[in-house]
Amino acid sequence: MPAERLLPDTESQDLIELTREIAKQELEPHAAEYEAAERFPREQFRLLGRSGLLSLPYPEHWGGGAVPYETYLQVLEEIATAWMSVGVGLSVHTMSCYALAEYGSPEQQERWLPEMLGGELLGGYALSESQAGSDAAALSTRAVRDGADYLVTGAKAWITHGGEADYYTTMVRTAEGSEGISCLHVAGDTPGLTAAPPEKKMGLTGSTTTQLLFDGARVPADRLVGAEGQGLKIALSSLASGRLGIAACAVGLAQAALDEAVGYAKQRSQFGSPIIEFQGIEFLLADMAAAVESARATYLDAARRRDRGMPFARQSSVAKLIATDAAMRVTTDAVQVLGGAGYTRDFPVERYMREAKVPQIFEGTNQIQRMVIARQLRNG
Amino acid sequence: MTNIVVLVKQVPDTYSERKLAAGDNTLDREAADAVLDEINERAIEEALVIKEANEGEVTVVCVGPDRANDAIRKALSMGADKAVHVSDEALHGADILQTSKVLAKAVGTVEGVDLIIAGNEASDGRGGAVPAVLAELLGLPQLTHARKVTVEGGTVKVERETADEGITHLEASLPALISVNEKINEPRYPSFKGIMAAKKKPVEKLTAADLGLDGEVGLANAASTVLESAPKPPREAGQRVDDEGDGGVKVAEYLASQKLI
Ligand SMILES: Cc1cc2nc3c(=O)[nH]c(=O)nc-3n(C[C@H](O)[C@H](O)[C@H](O)COP(=O)(O)OP(=O)(O)OC[C@H]3O[C@@H](n4cnc5c(N)ncnc54)[C@H](O)[C@@H]3O)c2cc1C
Repeated sequence: MPAERLLPDTESQDLIELTREIAKQELEPHAAEYEAAERFPREQFRLLGRSGLLSLPYPEHWGGGAVPYETYLQVLEEIATAWMSVGVGLSVHTMSCYALAEYGSPEQQERWLPEMLGGELLGGYALSESQAGSDAAALSTRAVRDGADYLVTGAKAWITHGGEADYYTTMVRTAEGSEGISCLHVAGDTPGLTAAPPEKKMGLTGSTTTQLLFDGARVPADRLVGAEGQGLKIALSSLASGRLGIAACAVGLAQAALDEAVGYAKQRSQFGSPIIEFQGIEFLLADMAAAVESARATYLDAARRRDRGMPFARQSSVAKLIATDAAMRVTTDAVQVLGGAGYTRDFPVERYMREAKVPQIFEGTNQIQRMVIARQLRNG
Repeated sequence: MTNIVVLVKQVPDTYSERKLAAGDNTLDREAADAVLDEINERAIEEALVIKEANEGEVTVVCVGPDRANDAIRKALSMGADKAVHVSDEALHGADILQTSKVLAKAVGTVEGVDLIIAGNEASDGRGGAVPAVLAELLGLPQLTHARKVTVEGGTVKVERETADEGITHLEASLPALISVNEKINEPRYPSFKGIMAAKKKPVEKLTAADLGLDGEVGLANAASTVLESAPKPPREAGQRVDDEGDGGVKVAEYLASQKLI
């Protein structure tokens, strides 16, 4: 049963219809195969791009769809229901455009945003390093000014779309301390920039995650986004919006697991009746539905605050925490509902369970979300 | 310049359960999700391809209840330019002949039509006669069951494909009517820009009275009515033939026993 949605207008409804059609016909049928083969769905991103789904929340004059987050996130959720790797990729791509859209100069925006939002290109967001994960401010990839360029040296870690992206929104060190971080818009084909072989992951195997190796890579200084030293602020505000995307993806994934579990419980019989009629299963399914729907309500509340120009960073962290924990629980319970079948690769729920783990970790672990929430409680 | 009319119909989604209304054995349109018929998406795609090559305008014409507006919006978001929507309670239960008459009048409100494109049959009623009846009513050449269409200057060429006759080549001068089969093309998805543009495209709403058909249409005046219906019987298990060297013979025997060979 598809999610029942409250949408602000007819265009949003038509957009969700379009998304469901593409998800049902072009994404879902290929997900299991690509994930098993660890194959990156580049063509599918192009299709989303042609359909206008890679630029939804950005202004129209750069080629965006100018839709509110309330609508964009529900589109994202539908895509993640069909294929989590594509949902996460769309969310990361959207986040990769944020720095330029919010902090770029008008010249930079005119020069790069139309193609970044045009649908053909795919972006990456490069903050983490192996020694700077939760403590992102400890990053050490260094950019040194050399004439009209920066020479960048160091290694970024865990980069979604590493080696596949056309550009990376990259945080580098230009001076010491947390005030010494800057943001560069780095072209994917910059000489001196290479991607290491992809990580071997538990799930999200269709999405590539690699180190990015900068070996004296020459990045023109006009690719500095914002001022030198503004990088950490840009990175953190990107994440406040990005986390809403991850929350929506987690809800979509949990919805897929719930649908699969309900479908199975209706047709599987034991002790002479469909297992959905046993209270032990029925209550499990009810709790799963309650988790999915309350998580959806939570991210939508944060999105509506964002759409109205209200502060939303705490609500965004709450949504990410609630939704990703819900997805972990719901996908685990879905395996339980399917019994032995759920533990095999003949059914998608074991994959959903593997995919649900990483949203609790990336874009700030759920421990870090609690720190963000608590800091606001303390300072508020 | 090729001005094209595409006939579109909203049908129950083939993914959902379809049933007839208990009272009058007409299609229960509320019971299932309604979508733009897939064959119509192909008809629109063909119209858009012809328009993109020759310029012109694509008008969709739809007869159906108010909610068929959703199907029309989909057609407009794919790239059609405008729409004519005939919606009238009086049309409830209209049969193939009536529907064709309504369509003929509705197409008549569009100026300078060179080509009418329809799907060869809708996935709900599956009568498959509307394109031919409409061509007769309008006095146009009919090139039905097209799997390939080319428009050059004032002529249209069609590769017609049917199960009985195989492939035949047809040619007519414009204006003409064609119907397309599911091999004609792969329809495009709308884009979000298309969805936004559709909002601003004109949709003319007409009633039976506007078309001068008051009192002639609807279930009471239909030439055909459904008296009763039964759900199709569940599929029976197939018969399995294990090939132990004589598989071919066994299959032939089975087919003969079913009077198929
Ligand atoms: C599949 C995948 C994709 C990713 N994509 C990207 C990407 O595109 N771009 C990018 O920049 N990064 C990306 N990341 C990196 C991700 O954001 C980091 O893995 C994450 O921030 C955690 O950092 P870490 O792995 O170094 O863990 P650590 O920071 O070493 O944390 C280890 C454990 O310690 C806990 N911990 C750490 N500090 C504290 C504290 N102060 N209090 C309590 N607990 C604490 C953590 O919660 C965690 O449980 C990705 C990661 C993965 C796995």
